[in-house]
Amino acid sequence: MTDNNDDIERPDERVPKRVIGTPSAAVETTLLGEQEKVEEVAVPGVKMPDPQQARRAERIAAFCFLITFLSAIGFIASYVAFQVHTLDATQISNLSLGGTLALALLSLATGLVVWVRGVMPKYSLVQERHPMASDAPTKDYVSETFIQGANESGITKHPLLRRTLLLAAAPLGLLPLVLLKDLGPLPETKLRHTVWDPKINGGKQLRLVVEGTGEPIRAADFNSPGGLLSVVPEGYEHDLTALAKATVILLNLRPEELKSGINRNWMHNGIVAYSKICTHVGCPAALYEQTTHHILCPCHQSTFDATDGARVIFGPAARPLPQLPLGVDSEGYLIAKGDFPVPVGPSFWERGDAEAEVRNQGGHA
Amino acid sequence: MGTGISVNRITARRRHPLARYAVLLLALGLVGGAYTTFVLPQTQSADAAVASGKADDVTEGAKLFAAHCSSCHGLQAQGTENGPTLVGVGAASVDFQVSSGRMPAANPGPQVPRKPPADWVTPDKIRQLSAYVQSLGGGPTVPGKEQVDPALGDPAKGGELFRANCISCHNWVGAGGALTQGKYAPNLNQSTPEQIYEAMITGPQAMPVFNDSTITPEQKRDMIAYIVGVREQTDPGGFGLGRIGPVTEGLVAWIVGLSALALAAIWITAKKRQANHD
Amino acid sequence: MTIDSVPKPVAGASGFIDDRLGAGNFLRRNLRKVFPDHWSFLLGEIALYSFVILLLTGTFLTFWFKPSMGHVVYDGSYEPLKGVLMSEAYASSLHISFEVRGGLLMRQIHHWAALLFIGGMMVHMLRVFFTGAYRKPRELNWIIGVLLLTLALAEGLTGYSLPDDLLSGAGLRITQGVAISLPLVGSYVSFFLFGGEYPGEDVISRFYTLHILLIPGILLALISAHMILMWVQKHTQMPGKGRTNENVVGGPFYPSFMIKAGAYFLFTFGTLAGLGAFAQINPIWLFGPYTPADISAGSQPDFYMGFLEGALRIMPAWEINFLGYTLPLSVIIPALVPMGIIMTGLALYPFLEQWVTGDRREHHIADRPRNNPHRTSIGFAAITFYGILWLLGANDEIAANFHLSLFQITWVGRFAIFLGPALAYMITYRTCLGLQRKDAEVLSHGVESGVIKRLPHGEFIEIHVPPAEDIAAHMRGKEPVPMIAAGPDDGGIPPKDLRNPIGRLRAKMSQAYGGEKIPVEDGHGHDGHDGHELGQGEDHAAVGSGGDNRSISH
Repeated sequence: MTDNNDDIERPDERVPKRVIGTPSAAVETTLLGEQEKVEEVAVPGVKMPDPQQARRAERIAAFCFLITFLSAIGFIASYVAFQVHTLDATQISNLSLGGTLALALLSLATGLVVWVRGVMPKYSLVQERHPMASDAPTKDYVSETFIQGANESGITKHPLLRRTLLLAAAPLGLLPLVLLKDLGPLPETKLRHTVWDPKINGGKQLRLVVEGTGEPIRAADFNSPGGLLSVVPEGYEHDLTALAKATVILLNLRPEELKSGINRNWMHNGIVAYSKICTHVGCPAALYEQTTHHILCPCHQSTFDATDGARVIFGPAARPLPQLPLGVDSEGYLIAKGDFPVPVGPSFWERGDAEAEVRNQGGHA
Repeated sequence: MGTGISVNRITARRRHPLARYAVLLLALGLVGGAYTTFVLPQTQSADAAVASGKADDVTEGAKLFAAHCSSCHGLQAQGTENGPTLVGVGAASVDFQVSSGRMPAANPGPQVPRKPPADWVTPDKIRQLSAYVQSLGGGPTVPGKEQVDPALGDPAKGGELFRANCISCHNWVGAGGALTQGKYAPNLNQSTPEQIYEAMITGPQAMPVFNDSTITPEQKRDMIAYIVGVREQTDPGGFGLGRIGPVTEGLVAWIVGLSALALAAIWITAKKRQANHD
Repeated sequence: MTIDSVPKPVAGASGFIDDRLGAGNFLRRNLRKVFPDHWSFLLGEIALYSFVILLLTGTFLTFWFKPSMGHVVYDGSYEPLKGVLMSEAYASSLHISFEVRGGLLMRQIHHWAALLFIGGMMVHMLRVFFTGAYRKPRELNWIIGVLLLTLALAEGLTGYSLPDDLLSGAGLRITQGVAISLPLVGSYVSFFLFGGEYPGEDVISRFYTLHILLIPGILLALISAHMILMWVQKHTQMPGKGRTNENVVGGPFYPSFMIKAGAYFLFTFGTLAGLGAFAQINPIWLFGPYTPADISAGSQPDFYMGFLEGALRIMPAWEINFLGYTLPLSVIIPALVPMGIIMTGLALYPFLEQWVTGDRREHHIADRPRNNPHRTSIGFAAITFYGILWLLGANDEIAANFHLSLFQITWVGRFAIFLGPALAYMITYRTCLGLQRKDAEVLSHGVESGVIKRLPHGEFIEIHVPPAEDIAAHMRGKEPVPMIAAGPDDGGIPPKDLRNPIGRLRAKMSQAYGGEKIPVEDGHGHDGHDGHELGQGEDHAAVGSGGDNRSISH
């Protein structure tokens, strides 16, 4: 930045205007209010309000204050009189408490303004401003004192002192950061697995159960094309941390509508399961149009084509919703044959192109 | 299925302006066909007597159908370019569409809206029409009074199912929401318990189907109890502001709150203007 | 009846304090401190008083709120949730709403106050920006203001999440989705914030501490600093008769301004109480308990987060994979760029303007927005940028209520976010010049009096009279926007530091930004930069009657 003061500044403006005989601003200035000259010319310019108007204003203000008094009493009375516990009772309590409080405050405010405007004299004061900057002697004094103090401290003369002090300070700054380490465990590979993985359930392939009722789903029962269900893993119905990754939506599609993106080996009689967790920022994407087979996320409108492996067709999500490998157990209930092939939910730095990796290994993502 | 449009032709004419109606048509046709195949045996055995109705209901219904529906759905309800086949859609579908005023439809558009039913529509006529369509190929039947009585449901249980399956389109309180391409999930304020039930089992327009074998009739009644209970309940905090959340709240904060305070500031600082003559 | 001496109780108490603190000196200097009167100078007080009310109502809420994510089965008085499994935080929020008298009212006032706190800061900031009140010597206070706004957003976000309902949970989920998308550190940030995988069991209690202790503590400190600086530097004033850069004209702090400020606090509190009584806000019982498995249509953040939401919604699906790492641009860009542009732009603006105009003087007279057309246009372009993002944060509500296509709205938004601000800039710039022209015309030709006069030869004319004195002074307070002298000197050589490319750019920007576009020519010997009629030298104090700007000249 360059200093171009001279281009625009009018020299006379930087000269602090000071009344002769008053002390220097530098001496008298304190933080809260420099020495200000408040010598209003007394009564002559002041316009007192017309006595009649003042009396009228007084009456209005007094009326307002009375309303405040009564409203405050009303507030206490409402508190005593109206109980809560039901919606209707709460409504009455809220209306009467809030209404009386608002009335009390607003009419007090109105009364005060009427008082100021109607009773008090109107006039303007003029006060001087001074430049914020200190004057030259003060600046000189400060810098002299600073240098003097610095020399007294000997910090320049004793380099060992200075260097070891710096050395001592360096790790101190790190201590709070070290303490924060136990805020949480490290991510490791936790983001890559969900509870559908049979390995963490002792090899058991989990059943899909209806969210909200916890009942397992017979494949033969979920037989209406155009059907939708929000589904969670059995045994984890109330484990929110598990659900944040493992919730799926179950759809029933007609075979003739399927496109190449979908993995038919992981379907069962037209039933397909996709992760319900949006690949954008993780909202549950569960808005399903059975006519167009669009799955829409209500947060940011990422739209997925359910017939094409939940490919993204609109919106900010960059990846399809992962498909869960479905199967049925011996009793005909839907189960997950394995975990999602790729991490579910929002992208993260270490994720990488998991879909491509799966494809490279001959799998279907 | 009788839509007369093959899948290949649709693929070829995907960009045709009428394509989406054709797709809709096909889809509805498929729903109907699917019902005929899968649902019919159960529902017929469950409620055959009520559903198929008396013979004269079917006859009267056929006349009504010919007069009001056949221009789009075909004389035999086989479907035309303008409307899907109604074979197998069931009485529940007819009752839902006609009692909510959606059918007969007025204008083509992304979505057929709810409107006041046509003048000729009476409960009797709906019953007759439903009986006729039911007689064509079965399908989901109209629920009984007790099946949809909110008083018999458990709203707390219904609320959990409602939040799991419905609110992503219809919002927490059934205020509705946007779908793609100009479609929307309607609000549920005017829906009768019967219509809510019928919508779940038939999946009208873009709505998915929630059949009785995965969400039982009792669970549906719980959901109805929740929907009806919540929409009728008092707003304890004052005006509900449409119950759609922070959008209207933000508007009120600016339009009422900040504006009122700006006016107060103007009043507090206002000068009595004096003319130029003092 | 008038008071002749200080009443005994007051004298006694003040004597006690004065003996120990020397309060008398402070009062002598400050009791009659002058505060300029203009309605827009009170807008910041909305935020200040809302903060006080937030502290009061928030304290009340902490008496019952349990910041715990432990599971309980609800057994309170709200029937449709009886027997439902939920977190203690949500259950205790329901308890405050339905089982504590006045609890719902305090919750609602608290939430409304949060909206007005941030809304008040925004309008106050716009007033300061458009009047140029951030200029020297007030740049530091402006930066404190920007910090306050940023912290207020964080305070709002942490508070919004506490009840642990389905709506606030959606906001938390998005916050986590943004945090985890950060390059290199994302998953660590997320794991440390949530104590492991999302949502875990820690985040509510952690947000609680941030929301009720850490952030409000910093807010309180910064607000105090903001007020002290305002007090020490004295308030800016609007241009007008008798008002100069060296004086401040207005009413005294004691008694009138004190009472006015008190009344305004009561207006703020009263408005909030009225909103709390009559307008339902954040009805958490309708939303249900949080689960990461569910979401509602129309899930929205509070208004002040709407611009981030809109940015996320209109972003195309960009994501880069390289060397086994992922950079989710479709999250990072909308989460960081608009916020970065707005906050950094705000913080740097005073310094950029100073650099472009070369203006290092102190300014205590506010600019009228029209008189610095480029600044005003930049401001309106920024408002449009923010407003479009904010609007698009509600694109689903717009689509649902007006039956429009959701995707089309998003597409329109993707273009509007670039075209809208440019258009706003041009329209504002033209409007400012038009208004300046109108001012010049009023000063040179007067205003229409409404009196029609017939001249001897039959022609009708309308008599123009000079504008009221105070209005004319207000208009004449215009000052050309300064610019650096970039022209070559006598030898044809431009100033030294303008010869390099940056210097040439600076000179060009200065030429465009500064200067007098529409000169005021009113034949009164326009005195560009001040009004030296009074308030100079020793003649520093004066009392006038009536309006504050017709003080002593008669």
